[in-house]
Amino acid sequence: MLTEQLLSIGLNHFLTISAILFGLGMFAVMTRKNAIVILMGVELILNAANINFLTFSKYNGGMEGVMFALFVIVLAAAEAAVALAIVINIFKTFKTVDVSRVDTMKE
Amino acid sequence: MNQLTIPIIFYIFAAITVLSAAFVVFSKNVIYSAFSLLFTFFGVAALYVFLSADFIAVTQVVVYVGGILVLLLFGVMFTNTIMQTELKADVLHIVPGVLLTLVLIGGLLLAFYNASAAGQWMPGMMQLQGSVVERIGFETMSRYMLPFEMVSIVLLVALLGAAFLARYDKAHKKEH
Repeated sequence: MLTEQLLSIGLNHFLTISAILFGLGMFAVMTRKNAIVILMGVELILNAANINFLTFSKYNGGMEGVMFALFVIVLAAAEAAVALAIVINIFKTFKTVDVSRVDTMKE
Repeated sequence: MNQLTIPIIFYIFAAITVLSAAFVVFSKNVIYSAFSLLFTFFGVAALYVFLSADFIAVTQVVVYVGGILVLLLFGVMFTNTIMQTELKADVLHIVPGVLLTLVLIGGLLLAFYNASAAGQWMPGMMQLQGSVVERIGFETMSRYMLPFEMVSIVLLVALLGAAFLARYDKAHKKEH
């Protein structure tokens, strides 16, 4: 029974991977100090969301999840560009990318 | 033989994805994290192929590995030039973080498994089969025309904004 479940790849397998990726990304966002690593955590979270979209789209037979995953990838690219520009500005102002030491909004 | 090969390939890619993602998160060195993210993105692209979304998998490789990862690596190089020795990134509150993460993953898995054991998420009659490229083309030009155009404008504006934000500011420098 258990081996049969392990061998027939279904909905739950993909959902498990996406939950683990989401948790790891959340850990990076919550605990890491380096702003670049926080960005990597955000990318992991977006990838987990994409896996969920595509999984439900596949097992539902519709195209909504596939189209949404495409738009998520485009928005992730835009988000990475803007966030990196902000990080570079933080580095210019504070001479560090340690987010626990960035504590003022003006210079 | 044929019945066993696909699960084995799936588990190999799943292990690559999860382990390299864990290395991204737990590694002390930012450069190691960035290079480990490469394997995560490739593993996720392979999982997309299992979900019969071949176009999304290729887009994932082109956009994430070719664009976002290079951008992140550029950020790592750019923000560490002055303090060469301090390439490491500390972790804040590691024990509560790990506990919260475990609770989060456990709660999500519990919800997923309960919903699928209760029969709320029965697989539909028609699953996606084969290549999905042609249907993406049809959908983009019919139902998703407006989101497609909107997302292109958002991308243009975001890239302009990013270029404006990251510009070297001479007047700002002169004040100090």
